[in-house]
This record gives sequence, C-alpha cells and structure tokens, in this order.
Amino acid sequence: MENISKEKLVQMLERMWLIRHFEVRVMEVHAAGEFTGAAHPYIGEEAVAVGACAALEDTDYIAGNHRSHGHPLAKGGSVKRAMAELYGRVDGYCKGKGGSMHLADFSIGILGESGIVASSVPVATGAALAAKIKGEDFVSMVFFGDGASNQGACHESMNLAALWKLPVIFLCENNQFAVTTSYHDSVSVEHISDRAAAYDMPGVLVDGQDAIAMYEATREAVARGRAGEGPTLIEALTYRYEEHSLGLGRVRRGEYRTQDQIDEWRERDPIDVLERTLTSQGILTQEECDAISKAKEAEVEEAVEFARNSPYPEPEELFEDMWADPIPAP
Amino acid sequence: MASNTIYVEAINQAIIEEMERDENVFIMGEDIRRSVYGATAGLLDQFGEGRVLDTPLSENGFFGAAIGASLVGMRPIVETLTSFMWVAMDQLVSQAAKMRYMFGGQASLPVVYRATMFYGGGSAAHHSDRSYPMFMNMPGFKILVPATPRDAKGLLKTAIRDNDPCIVFEDGTLGGASGDVEEGEAALVPFGVADVPLTGSDVTVVAIAGAVPMALRAAEELEEDGISVEVIDPRTLVPLDKAAILESVAKTGRLVIADPAHKVCSAASEIASIVSQEGFWDLQAPIIKVAAEQVHIPYTPVLERLVYPSSEKIADAVRDTLED
Repeated sequence: MENISKEKLVQMLERMWLIRHFEVRVMEVHAAGEFTGAAHPYIGEEAVAVGACAALEDTDYIAGNHRSHGHPLAKGGSVKRAMAELYGRVDGYCKGKGGSMHLADFSIGILGESGIVASSVPVATGAALAAKIKGEDFVSMVFFGDGASNQGACHESMNLAALWKLPVIFLCENNQFAVTTSYHDSVSVEHISDRAAAYDMPGVLVDGQDAIAMYEATREAVARGRAGEGPTLIEALTYRYEEHSLGLGRVRRGEYRTQDQIDEWRERDPIDVLERTLTSQGILTQEECDAISKAKEAEVEEAVEFARNSPYPEPEELFEDMWADPIPAP
Repeated sequence: MASNTIYVEAINQAIIEEMERDENVFIMGEDIRRSVYGATAGLLDQFGEGRVLDTPLSENGFFGAAIGASLVGMRPIVETLTSFMWVAMDQLVSQAAKMRYMFGGQASLPVVYRATMFYGGGSAAHHSDRSYPMFMNMPGFKILVPATPRDAKGLLKTAIRDNDPCIVFEDGTLGGASGDVEEGEAALVPFGVADVPLTGSDVTVVAIAGAVPMALRAAEELEEDGISVEVIDPRTLVPLDKAAILESVAKTGRLVIADPAHKVCSAASEIASIVSQEGFWDLQAPIIKVAAEQVHIPYTPVLERLVYPSSEKIADAVRDTLED
C-alpha cells in the first residue's frame, strides 16, 4: 500500500461510509413505507466495489447486478440521484423508470445494474470488445455474485473475452449465498476463481473485506487489460450481513446461516479493517475517520431530503425514452 | 440501379456499403468469414478480421457483447438464424429491448440482429422458426420483414444507421428471389412505410415476408376471374404503417392477411385487431387470417406444406370474403 496516495485511501474510506450509511438509511425509509419494491443491501461488501472501482478511471466502464447501490456509488455516482431513483422521482438516475436494481450513469461509465443474474456479464464483455476494435485502452469491469457464476452467460463471456483477449475484469462478489443457497452447495470447485483456468486467464482470490487488497488486485487486472493481455477473474470473498432483499426475512421459512457466522464476519467488517490500517499507519486518526462517517451520514440525509422533495414523473413520461429514434406508438 | 440482384446479394451489398461508410460498423456471427449463408461473402477480404468476427457458438454471450459494444459507440451487426435466437433470449429481452427505457433514456443501442428464417424446406421444428410476432409482443425492437431484394437492402441499411435495436427477419424462402436494387443513399428504405406492389379495388391482401409473392400469384389467378386484389406489404411490423392498411380497406371493404408465422397472437392478429377497431365501418365482410397452423413444423414435405399460407389458400380466402 506504500504506492497508494493518501488521497485515494481517504476517498476509499469516504465511499465505503457513504455506501454504508446509504444502505442503512434505505432500510429505514423502506421499512417506513417511503417507497416500495425490492432492494438488496450491500452492507458488509463495501470494500469490494470501492477497492475495485478505485483502480478505474471515469472513462472505464462498469456493469452490475441486483445488489446494485454499492457499485455506482463506488464509481463516483451521485448519491442524490441514486436515492431519488429509489424514491421513483424525476430527479432519479432513470427518472423513476429503473428503480433500485437499474441505477446507471453513462456519463461516468456506469452502464447499469441488472436485475437478471449474470445478464450484464455479456454486456460488459461487449464494451471491452469495443475497446479492442477501436484500439482504445479503456477497460470494462462487471460485478456478479457466486450464484451468477453458475450461469451460462458468465461462462460464454469468459470464453469470448479470453479468446479475443478483451480488457474485462470479471469481478465475482462471493458473498457466500445465492439468496439462501450456500455456494458450497452450488459451485463444483473449491473457489470460483479456480474456474479461470478453464479459460486460460488469471484467477485471483482476494479478501473482499480488505479494500486495499481489492484495489491492488484490480489495479493489476486493469493493467493487464490495458496492455492487451486479456481478462482476469477476481473472486472477492465477502459476506452479506442482511437478508438477500428487503422484506424477505418476513416471508422466509427456515434458517440458512447462524448468528455465529454473521458475528464472525462482522468481526472483520470492511470499514473497521480499512480504518484500522489507516490509523495504525498514521494516515488518519480515529477522530478523522469518525468525522468522515458523520459527513457521509449527513450527505445521505441530504439525499433523502432531495429525493423526498423531487416530484414524481408526469403521466406523459410513461411513453418517453422508448426509442432513440422515435416511432409512432402502435 | 442494378437489376436482377438476388435477395441474399442485396443484403451483402447493404453490409458492404454501410461498413465502407462508417468504421464503427462491424459484423459478428457464426461462420461468417466463410459466408456459409452467402450474405457475408467478401467481407473478410475487404474489412479484415478486426471488423468481421467469427464467434464461438455462444449466442447469449455474443448477442450480449453486441449490446455492450453498441452502448459505447459501435454499430454491431449480428448474423444469426431465427431458431438460435431462443438461446439468446435473455440478452435480447432483458437487455436489448429494455435497457434504454429502464435507464431513463441514457442508453442508445444501435445494434442490428439479422435473423434468417429457414422454413418450408424440410428443416423440421428446430430450424423453421418465423418468430417475429414474439418480438412484436416485447416493446423495444424495430422489426423488419423485407420481401424483396430492394427492401432487404434498403431496410438493412436504414437499420444499421438507426439508433435502436433492430431485428431483420430475412426470409429464407426468398433467398434466391431477384429484383432491382439501388445503390448508396438511393437504396435507403424508411421504416413504417408500407409498399403496395399491386393496386386493386375488390379485396385488400396484407402479406408479410414470404407471403408477398404468394399473394401476388393469387392476385394474378383471381384477376382471370375478374377479381381485383390490392396487395400491401407492410415491410416493417414495428413500426407498422397502419394508415396504408386502413386506407386500402376503406377502398375495398375486405381484408385477407397472409402471414407465414403461427396464427395465434401473430402479426396477422394484430393487423386484424387494428382494422376491426379502427376500420370497422369500412368492412363489408369478416377479416380472414391465412397464417401458419398452430402446430410445430413437421419434417416430411407432405405435411410441412400444409402448415403455411399458399397462393391457393390466399385465393380461397379472397373468394370467401366476396361471398354473400
């Protein structure tokens, strides 16, 4: 970590706190009935997206999945526009048409989150194909889970990317469970990163609770991509503290994990891990870390107010945004 | 103008002209470098491996990669067969069709899927799909059904320049059909403008793709009996030129729809629905659909030929609409 600037380290902590407070607040306002629909908290996994996105430029692309708030915020997306989207308002990223699972900001390379598991993996692969055809040096990174790693779309994309040496980073967020099914019960190999061997690309197993480790692994993968050396599969071992999606705990019958297991992972909370590193290295004091948390909490609160005050779309908006080159409605 | 250009050559010309015009256009598909279906002949030599990509057999993967490339400034053309589209349905439906709307208009997807419909030649149920109605049911695709070399070329050129996902359903039964085609800008055919290959006054026949020549043959035969048929080829199903259809029905009062796709929830059903709602008072007889029977495509030719519309079935339907 000696070659990581203080500025970047501080930004990483800021973004992790931003995501943490965003998700905590989303759980509260969702429970209070301020908006409806599914939302999938990223709490516990913040180091993965933040560390990985810290290795990207605005001109690089990301695509994500249903656990969808952390990725855009990690890449520098607007917390106000993200929150307004969850509230279904016109100032939301998608003017209220996408909601929680479809945050996107094309202006800074966020090609969108996807509600269908593994569905954005081919899309991100295609962005990387464009880099190759155009002869440009941007890269594309796609976040997907342990569950998605079993989808054909993932394997087809990995084969294409390795075959054509495309600058893609396949970032598997192994948070241990696909809803309630342990990856040990659904993945045939010990580690998902082992599957990289099948496509003759590097497979890297990373501690997903450690933002700096994530940053360093991703930086290496990005460098390979930019150098025309092809894709990398990174498996980040992490843990989802909350239910798969908000409200699911009320209907689920039967346990799939123990409180001991949750507590064990919480002992290596990704924010604590980074703060311990930064304070022990004398980069920040604990007071400075606490001030960052407070500032991000306030930023999220501002976003909630912004979202609440943003209008809902007018009925005419229903028919907008279907086409880039519009045609008459049938 | 070049005369006697065959349908598949017209497609080839469209691809070459557009790849010459715009370096962001590239093409990908299975076995296209060796042009196993004819439409990609010569592309590899002229444009090189970088813009002419042979793909692995991974439709969901490369259909999706085309989407991703289109999002960041490329204009991909994907060559496929209708029957392989099922394998890629997640990318087509969850991504290509929905992305722009879902992301509040941020995404533009200038991607073209060229899907050949091979049917009527003993290819059996897995290789004979005419699947355009299923995609009409999903908002987000522009759907083109060229029935002539001129339209195969002109609609494809327009599709490549269009900024939305387009699916061109190329009719394999017309692969050898010949006709006149234009070059360059003159070849462009706009979306949403029906063609009227035959004007008439007694009965309107709206015919789709491979049913167009059948309707023209039926009209020729009916002419001998003094029945005047107007044939309308919509050319694009999304957008659909309903004004042209309604105008023709206002003149004839009678409508037959000839459609090689399965008849339930079909393009023919949609056209019938539009005319019965918006042209009801012009109708002097019930609308008749001559579409494929609601069975799978059997292999043996003696059964397969019973499934689709034919000029005989169309002529019978026209006579039926004229009965008191």
